[in-house]
Amino acid sequence: MVLQTLQAMGALHGYGIARRIEQISRDAILLNQGTIYASLVRLQQRGLIRSEWGTSENHRRAKFYAITPRGSERLVETAENWEQLAAVIARFFAATKESQS
Amino acid sequence: MSDAIRAFFAKIRAFFSKSEMDDDFNQELEAHIDLLTAENQKAGMAPEEARRAAKLRIGGRETLREQNRDARGLPFFEVLGQDIRYAARTLRRDYGFAIFAILIIGLGVGASCTIFSVVNTLLIHALPFGDPERLAWVANHDDATGSMSAKTTQVDHFLDLRAQTQSFLDMAAYMAFYGVGDAKLIGNGEPERLTSVPVTQNFFSLLGVEPKIGRQFSADECKFNAPKTVMLTDGTWRRKFGADPNIVGRALALDGGPATVVGVLPASFDFSTVFTPGSSVDIFEPFPLSPETNKWGNTLSIVGRLKPGAMLESAQAETTVLGKLILQAHKDRNDFEPKVYALTQHVSGRLRPALFVLATAVAVVMLIVCANLSNLLLARGATRQKEIAIRATLGAGKWRLIRQLLTESMMLSCCGALIGLMLALVGTRALTQLTSVSIPLLTDVHIDASVLGFTVFIALATGMIFGLLPALQVRDVKLHDALKDSTRGSSQGRGHAWVRNALVVSEIGLACVLVVGAGLLIRSFLRVLDVDMGFHPERAAAVRVDPNSSYKTQEQRNAYFSEVLSRVSDVRGIEGAGLSDALPLGHNRSWGIAAKGIQYTPETFPFGFPRIISEGYFRAMGVPLKKGRDFSARDDKGALQVIILNETCARNLWPAQDPIGKIVAEDVDRTVVGVVGDVHHMALEEGSGNEFYIPIRQTGDYGSVDLVVRTSMTTTDLTTRLREALRPIEPDLPTQNLRTMQMMVDRATSPRRFVVILLGGFAVFALVLASLGIYALISYSVNQRTQEIGIRMAVGASAEMLQRSILLETLGLAAIGVVGGMAASWILARALSGMLFGVTPGDPLTFAGMVVILGAVAGLAGYLPARRVSKIEPMSALRVS
Repeated sequence: MVLQTLQAMGALHGYGIARRIEQISRDAILLNQGTIYASLVRLQQRGLIRSEWGTSENHRRAKFYAITPRGSERLVETAENWEQLAAVIARFFAATKESQS
Repeated sequence: MSDAIRAFFAKIRAFFSKSEMDDDFNQELEAHIDLLTAENQKAGMAPEEARRAAKLRIGGRETLREQNRDARGLPFFEVLGQDIRYAARTLRRDYGFAIFAILIIGLGVGASCTIFSVVNTLLIHALPFGDPERLAWVANHDDATGSMSAKTTQVDHFLDLRAQTQSFLDMAAYMAFYGVGDAKLIGNGEPERLTSVPVTQNFFSLLGVEPKIGRQFSADECKFNAPKTVMLTDGTWRRKFGADPNIVGRALALDGGPATVVGVLPASFDFSTVFTPGSSVDIFEPFPLSPETNKWGNTLSIVGRLKPGAMLESAQAETTVLGKLILQAHKDRNDFEPKVYALTQHVSGRLRPALFVLATAVAVVMLIVCANLSNLLLARGATRQKEIAIRATLGAGKWRLIRQLLTESMMLSCCGALIGLMLALVGTRALTQLTSVSIPLLTDVHIDASVLGFTVFIALATGMIFGLLPALQVRDVKLHDALKDSTRGSSQGRGHAWVRNALVVSEIGLACVLVVGAGLLIRSFLRVLDVDMGFHPERAAAVRVDPNSSYKTQEQRNAYFSEVLSRVSDVRGIEGAGLSDALPLGHNRSWGIAAKGIQYTPETFPFGFPRIISEGYFRAMGVPLKKGRDFSARDDKGALQVIILNETCARNLWPAQDPIGKIVAEDVDRTVVGVVGDVHHMALEEGSGNEFYIPIRQTGDYGSVDLVVRTSMTTTDLTTRLREALRPIEPDLPTQNLRTMQMMVDRATSPRRFVVILLGGFAVFALVLASLGIYALISYSVNQRTQEIGIRMAVGASAEMLQRSILLETLGLAAIGVVGGMAASWILARALSGMLFGVTPGDPLTFAGMVVILGAVAGLAGYLPARRVSKIEPMSALRVS
């Protein structure tokens, strides 16, 4: 999700990423916004995103995260996996419904 | 690069830049809150309200920081680092305890590592030869019998077996009857006697040893009466020839004849340490496999290399059959019954039980060390309950606390192991210096990677074992009670006391086992030293005085012997002098000896140990003459051929008859003129069997001549006096090899002494540890019970009564330990039975002695703290809070 967000929106700070995930999921994923940072650290350590200090839209210093080329590649792979999985599960449920009716 | 590896390096970087990253993250959180506040304000909240909502929205910041640290760094190592720092602080505060703990672990680990490196070298490590697993030792008859003549093989048997065997790739041999100091080297500094081992041409190539300079013996050099050639050991090459790289081709003046050096062996090849421990070998010469050497009888010790895939068992089966066939085809030859052993088995097999005993002893010592420390930590744990309770209330998880306590014990054990490793370095160094101990490969013992690995293992295992019990007690800490209970308990918890008592009891029991083991071995050792050897080693010394090659005929040599004896006897301070070709406790050999006129079957034909001697030998050695007369200078070549027997031999040849005047068939018919006492000639533990003595002037059948003298002079004085006395007839007398008989006896008892000293040391260490354990337990319990004791005294108990009850408690514990230990020793002592001499494994004196010693030690260790009871003032004890 973080990768997809960064891919779609470009560089963002932690707050922005958290907000965006809330919006997209229509607040279905509602967490303490702070928990986003642990996953940001992990992604950064795997070299999928990078970060630098910059200035935010309201002229505050903030740390901006951007996706790396490696991250983009990984995103494509993961997206495919997820889509396949989702499709399979969707078909599975569709089949179950059919047999019930 | 995979994700995991990238992440790992990032984590390591993070590990070393903690504070920066913490600052970074704090700023990031602040920015986040600011942004959120701004958003909330836009939505219409008041600034204060907006900020509060933002803080709520983001969650607990301390938890977030913790999560962030865990995610980015190496939490395991960070906690470890904390624990280590904490443990270091705690231990520094309690440095007395820490030093004591580290020292006893150090001693324990030092002992274990030293013994392990011996076991490692002797039993685990391969022999220092190429592909050593395929090497086999082919003895004639049983390898375990004492007699060397019975173990060695005749040349023709060897040749036939080698030609016919299918199991062995090749076989080689060395001549087992080489004499120490056989080869006299002159013209290269001080004249010196070197020990030369004759080997077959393929000996070194079979073992997989390549000369580092020059080459091995050629087939031509191994013919009978070929020009003399030698190969040097690395040691001789360095010591005598200054590591001269051009040594090959040089002729050495050996025994009057020049011998050409053909090669130098590498330093890694140490013949004596494997085949003849406790003695040294200087040079090698070729041994011809010819009809002439076949006539010498049983001479060869055989080493074979098995073919790939061939098993020891199949090789044994094959050689047994071949041995029978060869013997049937050649009835004129000596008996032949080949027995195949793995070479490792031959070299270190006899030591296996002794090493097993030592290894067990060391393990027992280590267990006592652990029990002791466990006990001390438990006692400390009890006083630290409050600290632990406070930390638990502050949020430390139980596992976190256990982990912290384990870190502490690990730190102690690792520090101890470090000291132990240093001790082991010193210990192994000391062992390699014991060149006079006849234990194979001892000089090769050293600390290597496997020993280091073993040390690490021991350190971790020790820390785990002695730390686990006290650490697990954390689980039982009742927070509420521990915090509330601000005074020391008026009486101890039953559970803890039980564990501590059990630990002390097991310490005493283990110490019992060691004391009994050491006691039995010490008693055996004393028995061995008490053996009447049949000669008096004190004040007797021997030096080689072989006639040089200028004495061609027997008459000339006899004249030389008379000259030597008369000159030496004239030296002031020398009380007796005689010649012999075989000193006691050396090599064995056997010749047939038959009473004239009696028909023997091949099975009953008597054999005996021969010695070629001169008059005066019995007096110099202190061998008592029982009947008849000693030899004299008149027992010469032309005179009546005579012989002297020992008592056993006389009894065996003519039971219940006077042997004097009887005739035996030896090389020639000889008349018995005397009977002397039996001498232990092979080992102190073995009886003597048949022995007989032939006058040196009536035979040429001797390989070496030793002058034995009885004197109270010091060795250095004796050396100078002898050299002066003999200079006119033998200007090149090499006197470095002057040996006292006591030295030879010491060498014969050295493996036993070695084991006894080590085991005795372990037993003393165990006793000290057990008594410390008792002392610590009792003084701790007296401390804990000060209040209780105060109350008792206040209501009328006298100090003596309390002391007595404490002492009785101690002795009760000791009694339980001793009973358990006695049962264990009773069983374990059977394993020792092979090493005992003159005592049974259940020797009552040893067991009784053990009970007395442990009782005394326990009593003393309990009495000292108990005495403190009398110093307790009831009033102040009650006020303690």
